[in-house]
Amino acid sequence: MKVRTEKKEQLLDFYRQMMLIRRFEEKAAQLYTQAYIGGYCHLNVGEEATVVGALSALGPDDYVVSNYREHGHALTLGSDPGAVMAELLGKETGVSRGRGGSMHLFDPEHRLYGGYGIVGGQIPLAVGMAMAVQYRGQDRVVMCLFGEGATNIGAFHESLNMAKVYRLPVLFLCVNNQYAMGSTPNEASAVPEMVTKALAYDMPAEQVDGMDLLEVRDATLRNVEQIRETGEPRFLEAITYRFRGHSMADAGRYRTQEELRRWQERDPINTFVRYLEDEGVLTQELREQIDASVEEEVERATQFAMDSPAPDVADLYKYVYAEDGQQ
Amino acid sequence: MAVKTMIQTIRDTLEEEMRRDESIIVLGEDVGLAGGVFGATKGLQREFGELRVMDTPLAESVIVGAAIGASLNGLKPIPEIQFADFIHPAFDQIVSEAARFRYRSNGAWNVPMVIRVPWGGGIHGALYHSQSVEAFFAHVPGLKVVTPSDPYDAAGLLRSAIDDPDPVMYLEHKKAYRLVRGEVPDGERFTVPIGRAEVKRPGRDVSVFAYGLMLYYSLQAAEVLSSEGVEVEVVDVRTLQPLDRETILESVAKTGKALIVHEDNLTCGFGAEIAATLVSDGFDSLDAPVRRLCGLDVPAVPYASALEDSFLPDMQKITEEIRSLAAY
Repeated sequence: MKVRTEKKEQLLDFYRQMMLIRRFEEKAAQLYTQAYIGGYCHLNVGEEATVVGALSALGPDDYVVSNYREHGHALTLGSDPGAVMAELLGKETGVSRGRGGSMHLFDPEHRLYGGYGIVGGQIPLAVGMAMAVQYRGQDRVVMCLFGEGATNIGAFHESLNMAKVYRLPVLFLCVNNQYAMGSTPNEASAVPEMVTKALAYDMPAEQVDGMDLLEVRDATLRNVEQIRETGEPRFLEAITYRFRGHSMADAGRYRTQEELRRWQERDPINTFVRYLEDEGVLTQELREQIDASVEEEVERATQFAMDSPAPDVADLYKYVYAEDGQQ
Repeated sequence: MAVKTMIQTIRDTLEEEMRRDESIIVLGEDVGLAGGVFGATKGLQREFGELRVMDTPLAESVIVGAAIGASLNGLKPIPEIQFADFIHPAFDQIVSEAARFRYRSNGAWNVPMVIRVPWGGGIHGALYHSQSVEAFFAHVPGLKVVTPSDPYDAAGLLRSAIDDPDPVMYLEHKKAYRLVRGEVPDGERFTVPIGRAEVKRPGRDVSVFAYGLMLYYSLQAAEVLSSEGVEVEVVDVRTLQPLDRETILESVAKTGKALIVHEDNLTCGFGAEIAATLVSDGFDSLDAPVRRLCGLDVPAVPYASALEDSFLPDMQKITEEIRSLAAY
């Protein structure tokens, strides 16, 4: 085990953030089955170590461009859980004021430049943001998150190629949760490991255990630092697993209970708890305190969302063009 | 006042605008050293450098997607799609992302981008170098679509597109590039407003609505018919989204007869929107059925001269159609 440079408080905060995602997502699942949340809803349950490990490694000015499984990303970046839950419920107080919903959170104040509903559609945008970083001489890294299924899309390849040609400061973070809806990389990808695709663009690429928060954080810190130094793109593949279906509408019949159980034995939160206990950072009492405060926060967020008003229909045409709103 | 071609005007306007505003970057296939297939960016890389005039890989999706991303981080990108026919890989980025940014972010974020798109037939470009794409994009709220028909408007609309905080598709007719010439005032940053059509030739008998190369041919047809005593009002629609319905209705209130001309194929072409506007809001003004003279409903503009000529409206066909409508 490496010597950690994080302070005790920071480690405890990572635990807290993972628990917040877990409880928030469980609540979202419940609200979905109760029909408070409509449409489609993709959860981060099982991927908490990847989410918190990666996003905690960014600097305060770095950009995050994500995909449709982004509730946890918003929470980790500091979006108000109430505003995120309200968005899921389609309320005026939501981060996108009810226009986006679960897949399309947007909170530039906290550097979350969108969840996106077109698989891989966000990848070219990240390249462009990095292009402007380069042109304007900013000290910023753009983190672009996507699943392994997105690596089969043309825009992914166009983007890696351009990022390499122009030497742009992007960290491509492939969250390989092993299923693109119901398809495995073995079924749908010519190569089973996504790093291979990045290597084809002569991009430094590595894999990391996405179930281990500190491993993900270390790998991300290292890569982000390299990008800052060289200005060049890099690729990180986090091997993880989602414990729930692709979305709430997915019963997950393409995988066995046995497989799911095997991965749940490696639950990223339990793994981190064991580490914290071994290090003497987390006591039973402290853990109960944190868990209780997380429960309370999720409850508060839910209540806020439930109590919030629906968007005003009179605003439907607002923000189509500048002249309809502000700017 | 200089007399210029369309292409020269576009190039010069780009140059002036880039001198004026450092946040403008140009990107696309061969726009740098080569100056673009049509010369719209000739010499710009030499003056502004490789960071502002970027030769991109052959990859329309990321050309437009990166332009969106760059605009989100403070730049004003002007991507060029080499031929309108190549734009479809970028359709997703334009429609799913660019058009929706302001809306999804409640006005917090916008995409001040101008996509330059050479379009249109009449140059023997055949299946993949001749198409009209305006109807696809005019259908999408969140986008603006403009297409100038003469050099004055080319400069004025390009400046307005650059000033616009929302994504604008700026369509340039390829055949008009060197065919159409006109006066462009020097040393004055005039603009032509987006959302306003213009009566290019007033008349009392028949209204013709057209844009791009077809506007040029319509003006020629009006000249011919004038000698026969038919006075044609030629309206340059020029901005398709937003559409200036008012000017269209006013014209027909005067003439009572409407012909819409475009080279995109007829079915679900942009003319259908103009026709629907006239029928819904100008019904009482109409003295004759609204007519459309358009490209033929085949999958693409064919190559052979006889076929291409047959596909496209031209001065002769427009003249005959107006003559018949005037006699209705």
